[in-house]
Amino acid sequence: MQWTKKDLLGLEYLSPEEIELILDTAESFKEVSTREIKKVPALRGKTAVNLFYEPSTRTRVSFEVAAKRLSADVINIAAETSSVRKGETLIDTGKNIQALKADIVIMRHSCSGAANMLARSLDISVVNAGDGWHEHPTQALLDIFTLKEKLGKIKGLNVAIVGDIAHSRVARSNIWGLTKLGAKVTLCAPEILLPPGIETTGAKTSSNIDEVLKNADAVNVLRMQFERDEGAAFPQQLDYFKKFGITEERLSRVKKEIIIMHPGPINRGIEMSSGVADGDQSVILEQVTNGIAVRMAVLFLVSQAKEAKS
Amino acid sequence: MNILIKNGRVIDPANKIDGLLDVFIQDDKISKVAKDIKLCAETVIEAAGKIVVPGIIDMHVHLREPGREDKETVASATAAAAKGGVTTVLAMPNTQPAIDSPGSVELLQDIINKTAKINVQICGTLTKGRLGQEPSDIAALKRAGACAFSDDGSSVDEASVMLAALNQIKSAGLLAICHCEDKKLSGKGVINLGFNSTRLGLRGISNVSEYKRIQRDIELAEQSGCPVHIAHVSCRESVEIIAQAKKKGIKVSAETAPHYFALTEDELLGYDTNMKMNPPLRSKEDLAAIRQGLADGTIDVIASDHAPHTENEKDIEFERAEFGVVGLETELSVSITELINNQVLDWSGLIQKFCVNPARILGLARGCLSVGSWADVVVISEQSSWTVDKRGLVSKSRNSAFLGRSLKGLVDYTICNGAIVYRR
Repeated sequence: MQWTKKDLLGLEYLSPEEIELILDTAESFKEVSTREIKKVPALRGKTAVNLFYEPSTRTRVSFEVAAKRLSADVINIAAETSSVRKGETLIDTGKNIQALKADIVIMRHSCSGAANMLARSLDISVVNAGDGWHEHPTQALLDIFTLKEKLGKIKGLNVAIVGDIAHSRVARSNIWGLTKLGAKVTLCAPEILLPPGIETTGAKTSSNIDEVLKNADAVNVLRMQFERDEGAAFPQQLDYFKKFGITEERLSRVKKEIIIMHPGPINRGIEMSSGVADGDQSVILEQVTNGIAVRMAVLFLVSQAKEAKS
Repeated sequence: MNILIKNGRVIDPANKIDGLLDVFIQDDKISKVAKDIKLCAETVIEAAGKIVVPGIIDMHVHLREPGREDKETVASATAAAAKGGVTTVLAMPNTQPAIDSPGSVELLQDIINKTAKINVQICGTLTKGRLGQEPSDIAALKRAGACAFSDDGSSVDEASVMLAALNQIKSAGLLAICHCEDKKLSGKGVINLGFNSTRLGLRGISNVSEYKRIQRDIELAEQSGCPVHIAHVSCRESVEIIAQAKKKGIKVSAETAPHYFALTEDELLGYDTNMKMNPPLRSKEDLAAIRQGLADGTIDVIASDHAPHTENEKDIEFERAEFGVVGLETELSVSITELINNQVLDWSGLIQKFCVNPARILGLARGCLSVGSWADVVVISEQSSWTVDKRGLVSKSRNSAFLGRSLKGLVDYTICNGAIVYRR
């Protein structure tokens, strides 16, 4: 299996084999971060640009660490301090970065499809670090990597995703990735937060968290953004925590151990209790560590594809 | 000047003509339609193997002038129209300023007189400033030259305001054209609501935001007795509601645009902003219902909803890009490719939608080849293929939903008021 895509835009666009290839490559990169000198020369002489149109600390830092451990040079551009504020279009900004002879643009943007558009306009690699409600492929890849590491496989697993599915790029990427690898995905949310036609992906839906937990091997708990202005139908915080919040009490009623994941940052006491976040079943910090290996793999593969073509 | 068009297949459904005939044009009028016309003419067009039809009357065109001459002008849009076989357009009034006063009608009429290459009819606004708060002075707009009224681009939300406007239009003996959209329901949506809006992470626009407002406007049409024309019908429920209203005898007509019978929401999967329009491209089921509505007569008219936008307004993030596509240069070819070649309509049926019905609905003495009528004639090579290319478009804007597509049907000649305004 050879990686041939210059970009990583979303898991919807990847084959199961391509996803497996990223996971296998990440596996081999994970060890680098345990060395005393945490660096390999794989991307020496390459330049990666973090182009972030939305505030983000953890994803940006994770990409920066990943690129640096591969010996790439990293430049961070935050949209609020750049010429974007002077009205430059996204494509113009991208072409300027390309003209600086950068090799990879890692972009976070509030508009769905922004990474697709940028990738179409540029010859250099574009890695989607989250676009609107569309996809956040590296987050899903690190979630899947962590699951595979904990449970040994993905095929046949029952994975629940709980929370605001409608507005979540993390949910969409996880649904595509998990279903392609043969997991059974159940989405658990108030009706209003399930987007139309989502069952077409192969995922099931439910509004009963206790039923869903009974069958789950793992549960990925999404961050709830109650500041969102999507109308009066949005659930109230307390009500949501009562009906969908992941608590020790809720987990104790389930017979088996369930792996608890969260893409962060956590709202303690809103989507999960502090006890669960810090508990034995939580792999939240391992996800962060694995994020580096997965992003190293992605940066490495897209630049390999670029070299193979030129 | 006289023009003789020889040996073409002349299709003129208004006169129940479909046969190999000659057409003789004397000055600006049709003078004779018959076999083997022996009269002398300065220009003879050999049309053997070609189709000869009345010029298209496009009821839904955004000329953008005055105000947005960077997108399109009366000169560039009418040149694009001539290339597409269109000899009359109805100019939508959402310009800057909006066409909501006798002064603005006269301003536009002056530009038309100086620069238009084909006939341009003027549509005035339903409400002052297109704000939906107070009806325009319909009688004054009529005196200045407006022949229909629409707030196209927006719907009049307040039913009492809409009813007051319809009552005035009824008294003036003219037509209301309704952009039907309940903005409270469509909100910030950018594509059709459904699995595609979910997978793309974009806000959706439901069918109900369209058909609920059509339902209301039909009820107001019934109450006022004013004829209403429903613009850009895109979904199956709308077709059903219009069919029911027609059965009841309510004075309602309806139009759709080529993209609604040629393309579906699946075109959006690459976030192509040239596929972004309002109403949005819908599902396969909706497309089938639009075709059925054209075939059974529920939908009377095909119009382009020609909506030019600059590259700066389209070549940006999908959610931020403008709604709308150009269509004057492709509407005939898309219709031949999708409707005639798929046997949804025959030629006579297509000319009903493009010529006969728009003329009837707007009260124009055009859309036919009757002796003595205005000589608006198009000669078409029916099965010639061409590929829609950005660089080949005459319109100032290139935001076509059909770029790169191979289409059937090329216009060889467009004659408007007896003058050749386009020749391939």
